[in-house]
Amino acid sequence: MPQGRVKIRVERAARIFLRAGVVAFENLTLDLYDDEIACLVGPSGCGKTTLLRCIDGLLPLSDGQILLEGRPVRRPPEKMAVVFQHFGLFPWGSVYANAAYGLKLSGAPRDRIDARVSAVLKLVGLDGFTQHYPYQLSGGMQQRVGLARALATDPDVLLMDEPFAALDAQTREILQEEMLRILEQTRKTIVFVTHSIDEALLLGDRVIVLTARPARVKRIIPVPFPRPRNLAAIRADPGFGGLRARVWDLLREELRGQEREDANG
Amino acid sequence: MADLALPFTRREAIQAAADHLKRRQRRHDLAVRFTAAAVILALWEIGGRQISPFLFAPPSAIVVAAGQVIGSGELWKYLQVSLRVFLIGTTLGTFVGILAGIAMARVRLLDLSLEPLVIALYSTPMVALIPLLVLWLGFGDSAKVAVIFLFTLFPVLLNTYQGVKSVDPKLLEVARSYRSGVRLAIGRGLVGMVVADLYTAVSGVGYLIVRYAQNLQIDRLFVPVVVLALMGVTLVQGLRWLEARVAPWQHVRDD
Repeated sequence: MPQGRVKIRVERAARIFLRAGVVAFENLTLDLYDDEIACLVGPSGCGKTTLLRCIDGLLPLSDGQILLEGRPVRRPPEKMAVVFQHFGLFPWGSVYANAAYGLKLSGAPRDRIDARVSAVLKLVGLDGFTQHYPYQLSGGMQQRVGLARALATDPDVLLMDEPFAALDAQTREILQEEMLRILEQTRKTIVFVTHSIDEALLLGDRVIVLTARPARVKRIIPVPFPRPRNLAAIRADPGFGGLRARVWDLLREELRGQEREDANG
Repeated sequence: MADLALPFTRREAIQAAADHLKRRQRRHDLAVRFTAAAVILALWEIGGRQISPFLFAPPSAIVVAAGQVIGSGELWKYLQVSLRVFLIGTTLGTFVGILAGIAMARVRLLDLSLEPLVIALYSTPMVALIPLLVLWLGFGDSAKVAVIFLFTLFPVLLNTYQGVKSVDPKLLEVARSYRSGVRLAIGRGLVGMVVADLYTAVSGVGYLIVRYAQNLQIDRLFVPVVVLALMGVTLVQGLRWLEARVAPWQHVRDD
């Protein structure tokens, strides 16, 4: 299944929160490849989001290392962009200003920013809303801005932290479809954290199932559906139910273990 | 053709009716306001004539007094000074307040050591400090500037401080993920807050009225009172307008 070169290598990584007394993940090893969508699923609170933060260099590791193209990540690299669950839009900026944020900081010339931002906003279906402010937009539209901001800098790696979790079910489905359309056109490494097994199978090339805390890679499940994908067709595919049951079984084992541990105090 | 046109004309008709209702409502509201103002003025006039001119003045006497005070250039001379004092005081207070507020919020040492002092000074009625300031600075403009400065300083300082402290950590993380420092995220957000907090500073000017009251006849006293009230309203409206420009998201929440 591995498509191409290794883009990101997570090597025996650990992250400990001393004050909270929590080991988010430990001895976690994982390779992420060029041009793939890797979906991380795991029991809630297992440290998926923490791992994503560490990959972006927002949080330092306690042990081990994370390599981007062979070089250790210490600070947020220019080649990466994050799409946040909470959208993370600046309320004082228009849609345009928010989408242009990363490019502006990179010091790109004005006309290039203009051209790029217009193109990206069009791609996510927000042309015509450039002068709106986030508070005037629905949640789905706000996350489109979040996606546009991340895409605007044309990163090699897109880190998505449960980007659709805060949206209602219908909006989520529409955005999943549009995201597929957009991302299948670009070649990027996408690390997609989700707690939805369906979402992982619909979007991902591989589903990486993590264990309960401290998280490790439990199993990697390749998703065989060809691209470009059609969500309705995949849902109707006889293989879909089987895959979903497989991932569920793996997760259930972890959830049971976690519950037992919680009960023991 | 007619079928296609119908829903549009219908929608237009509904829109027109809605506009008409809204306009009528607005006219009605305005009429109530003016009537009420007229009634209050009339009562004031009638009541004012019953009371000794050393204690109270009816509107007609105030208008006459205003003519005299404005005509002689007295009001302008006097207003010019207070305006200058006001501008210098608020500008200094805002400037120092923002700087000190940011410094306190970002430097833990300053925060821990100065916070109790700032809270204590903020809770002190500034009027109580006036005699002390006069003792230090005399009766001149510098004492007045100092008072206005103090009036402005603490609300701005505390609000800046709280603003910087409460900047959404999520947004800070976004800024960091784009390799940007903290400042960029804070700076823009602050403007709206500071503008909003100037309201407090403006209303603080009310103390001036008390001072003028001691030197003027009652009918004349009302002139600067009215002028200051108008100034206050204008300033507040101006700031509100400014806030709507700079921080539209906050403006919406207020309404």
